[in-house]
Amino acid sequence: MVPVFYIFAALTIIAALSVILQRTPVYSALSLIVVLCSLAVLYVSLGAKFLAVIQVIVYAGAIMVLFVLVIMLLNAGRERHTEGSRLARWLGVPLLAAFLVEILSVIWNGLSSGAVAPPAPDAGPAAVGALLFRHYVLPFEVTSILILVAILGAVVLAKKQL
Amino acid sequence: MPEATYLDANELVINMGPQHPATHGVLRVKLRLDGERVLGTECIIGYLHRGVEKIAENRTYVQFAPYVDRMDYVAAVTNGMGYCEAVEKLMGVELPPRAQYTRMILAELQRIASHLLWLGTHALDIGAMTPVFYTFREREEILKIFENYCGARLTTHAFRIGGLQYDLYDGFEKDATKFCDYLLPKIDEYEELLSTNRIWMNRTKKVGVLSGKDAIALGVTGPVLRGSGVKWDIRKVQPYEAYDKVEFEIPTGQNGDTYDRYIVRIQEMRQSVRIIRQSVERLAPGPIFGKVGKVIKPPAAEVYHSIEAPKGELGYFVVSDGSTHPYRVRVRPPSFVNLEALDIMSRGHLVADIVAIIGTLDIVLGEVDR
Amino acid sequence: MALSSDTLFLLGVAVVKVVVVLLVLLTAIAYIVWLERKLVAHIQSRWGPYRVGPYGLMQPMADGLKFLFKEDIVPLEVDRFVYWLAPFLSFTLAMLTFAVIPFGGSFKLFGHEIYLQIADLNVGLLYIFAVTSLGVYSIALAGWSSNSKYPLFGGLRSSAQMISYELSLGLAVVGTLMISGSLSLRDIVNSQTGTWHLAGTNTFLPHWNIFVQPVGFIVYFIAAIAETNRIPFDLPEGETELVGGYHTEYSSFKFAMFFMAEYANMVTVSCIATLLFFGGWHGPVFGPAWLHVLLPVFWFALKVFCFLFFYIWTRGTLPRFRYDQLMAFGWKFLLPVALLNILATSFVVAWIGT
Repeated sequence: MVPVFYIFAALTIIAALSVILQRTPVYSALSLIVVLCSLAVLYVSLGAKFLAVIQVIVYAGAIMVLFVLVIMLLNAGRERHTEGSRLARWLGVPLLAAFLVEILSVIWNGLSSGAVAPPAPDAGPAAVGALLFRHYVLPFEVTSILILVAILGAVVLAKKQL
Repeated sequence: MPEATYLDANELVINMGPQHPATHGVLRVKLRLDGERVLGTECIIGYLHRGVEKIAENRTYVQFAPYVDRMDYVAAVTNGMGYCEAVEKLMGVELPPRAQYTRMILAELQRIASHLLWLGTHALDIGAMTPVFYTFREREEILKIFENYCGARLTTHAFRIGGLQYDLYDGFEKDATKFCDYLLPKIDEYEELLSTNRIWMNRTKKVGVLSGKDAIALGVTGPVLRGSGVKWDIRKVQPYEAYDKVEFEIPTGQNGDTYDRYIVRIQEMRQSVRIIRQSVERLAPGPIFGKVGKVIKPPAAEVYHSIEAPKGELGYFVVSDGSTHPYRVRVRPPSFVNLEALDIMSRGHLVADIVAIIGTLDIVLGEVDR
Repeated sequence: MALSSDTLFLLGVAVVKVVVVLLVLLTAIAYIVWLERKLVAHIQSRWGPYRVGPYGLMQPMADGLKFLFKEDIVPLEVDRFVYWLAPFLSFTLAMLTFAVIPFGGSFKLFGHEIYLQIADLNVGLLYIFAVTSLGVYSIALAGWSSNSKYPLFGGLRSSAQMISYELSLGLAVVGTLMISGSLSLRDIVNSQTGTWHLAGTNTFLPHWNIFVQPVGFIVYFIAAIAETNRIPFDLPEGETELVGGYHTEYSSFKFAMFFMAEYANMVTVSCIATLLFFGGWHGPVFGPAWLHVLLPVFWFALKVFCFLFFYIWTRGTLPRFRYDQLMAFGWKFLLPVALLNILATSFVVAWIGT
């Protein structure tokens, strides 16, 4: 499973970079789909098939479709380079550096301790369901209410005359 | 002038035709859309313009007769009948009854053929594939009768000014009645496929509504007018040939929507069968030509004569200067006038309804453009 | 890494399975097209293809060759990469679903139990839904990249349609999942072995899910027709409105790929309907050992064929929905019915379980 991990980890990173660097919005969206799908493969390599499939169905198959739909509807053209705001330069570069250090330290600690995430023994629908509806039931329900509010807000904003 | 659309999105202009499977030829419709909703339409015609009216000025009355077949090429017989009658009216010729009833039989057969073609293509536009093959099968029988009568199937040139070119062939009466017996169950079959079909009703009811008042204001005629509940049929109100001697009814709709126009046309086919049956009974041996000379030379005058073509009022305005050539011929084509209603009927509907509405207007571009 | 002979053998078997399934599937797709043309022709009092080979049986080959040799016209202003990607995506995804579909039971070969299925994934059904949900992209991207208005309309319509009906499609099968308690297609089929026993008496009705999940099946099948863009839900390509919909600007083999994908998807949803509701490959089995292996495959194919026949029959009969009616039907009728079905089923399952 190790070569699989490296191949798809590399693919994930390349695609993620492509999300940011592409100028055409549709290409960015497509790259994001590649990221999501290769993440799903990484889940499979960890033994979490159910999670992988759900990842593809929910993110790649539903949410990103809406993204692509909106991009197509707005008929967004190529992005234009702006001069860049000063805020980005003064706030962005230090933040980027901080994040890099953080990530590197996590990786370093992980490598030195040798503790790679253990493959999940049984991350089937039953286990995930039990976790969601027993242990995390409050965050789960709060999230659903949040999404409901967001939907209502979107409807109100979009349809001025209801 | 673009109207405001929601979210300030740009309105989309889409070009339907002249190469489009559902515009029945080379009609070009510019649609202004908000999403899929139609804000307005603009018809651009003339892709099939051949200058038929101008050609008439350079032909003799007899020579011009075949040209009118090429206007509404799916109802050539009625076209020719209208033209012949207009010239006959100009010359004051009375037709013998045999010629009159023959013309009526052939014209009603043509009406059925035209409605069959309309039904098939209209259903195809709405997505039902099968009726078009059924209606073509039945139409074929009509075309066979035409072929036996005059040798041509589509552009028949069946009549001559003053009467008929040919007398009826042996067994014509039998063929005509046999066809009537054959057709009626088939019409029931179409109705079984469509009339009570939920999808068909959803697609046609309340689509392309045209009120009787609007219809009259736009000069719309034929089944489109009758579908809006106006009882107007030239065969009844200004009878020509022997239409005053046969019994038939004028089917009308109430709501003026696509479904009503569909029902009206279906009923008209049944009424045509009635007319054919009565006319066949009254076919008696006799002359087939009225009193016309070898050379058609009407007196200097002008005349407007209209008949009820399958698609509506088909009128011919003929001006004669006393020579063998018409001075001016002007055609009032039903398709052209009916097409005017497209805009008012399609506003606020969806793109898919446009094809249903173009279908329900039953236009033939050969006649619109001439 | 040294491979044992066992591993090599299993690897070989897997490769053989993949090749056989692909070949059978591609042939099947070609002949479904032939079947459709022939059946629809007979419905419409025509003959259909009859000139190429006996009964026009070579027609699929002729069509394939024609597609191959046609000029591949690429309009000037298309987005070349995406324009090229879309048909491949469409075809690949349609083929991928067959990886988890079981065609029959199993047999022993050199001491190995060999299943008539490429891979028995324990989340097989979800895998199929995941792959088909990606299928939306091929259509949306084809519509977008063509840089033309009719394809764009087709792409937008189908994206909306497929998202809407995917919900009903997914929810319709939840009932059967609750009854069988597994996501593996093989387990679901195995749970349908035998006959129904009612109050201790044998009813001789096969133990198929259709008898306990009729509502689920109906919702599933309607949603499946919509999902595969067939009449009466073929709005994305409704040719009398949108010319050709999303594939208006495609020609030659790129068009053929969309075409084949559509038929492959038809086969997929028919397979799932067979597996989930009609007992998969179960049927009367008799005779020698080899017949015990082949008969189930035959039953499976027969059931799938019935669904395909129904598909074609529908096409010969019904007109097309309108876009808003389609949406209203999906959201206001199918979805609530599917949800109610889940509710009822879960109550019954819980009641029996206690």
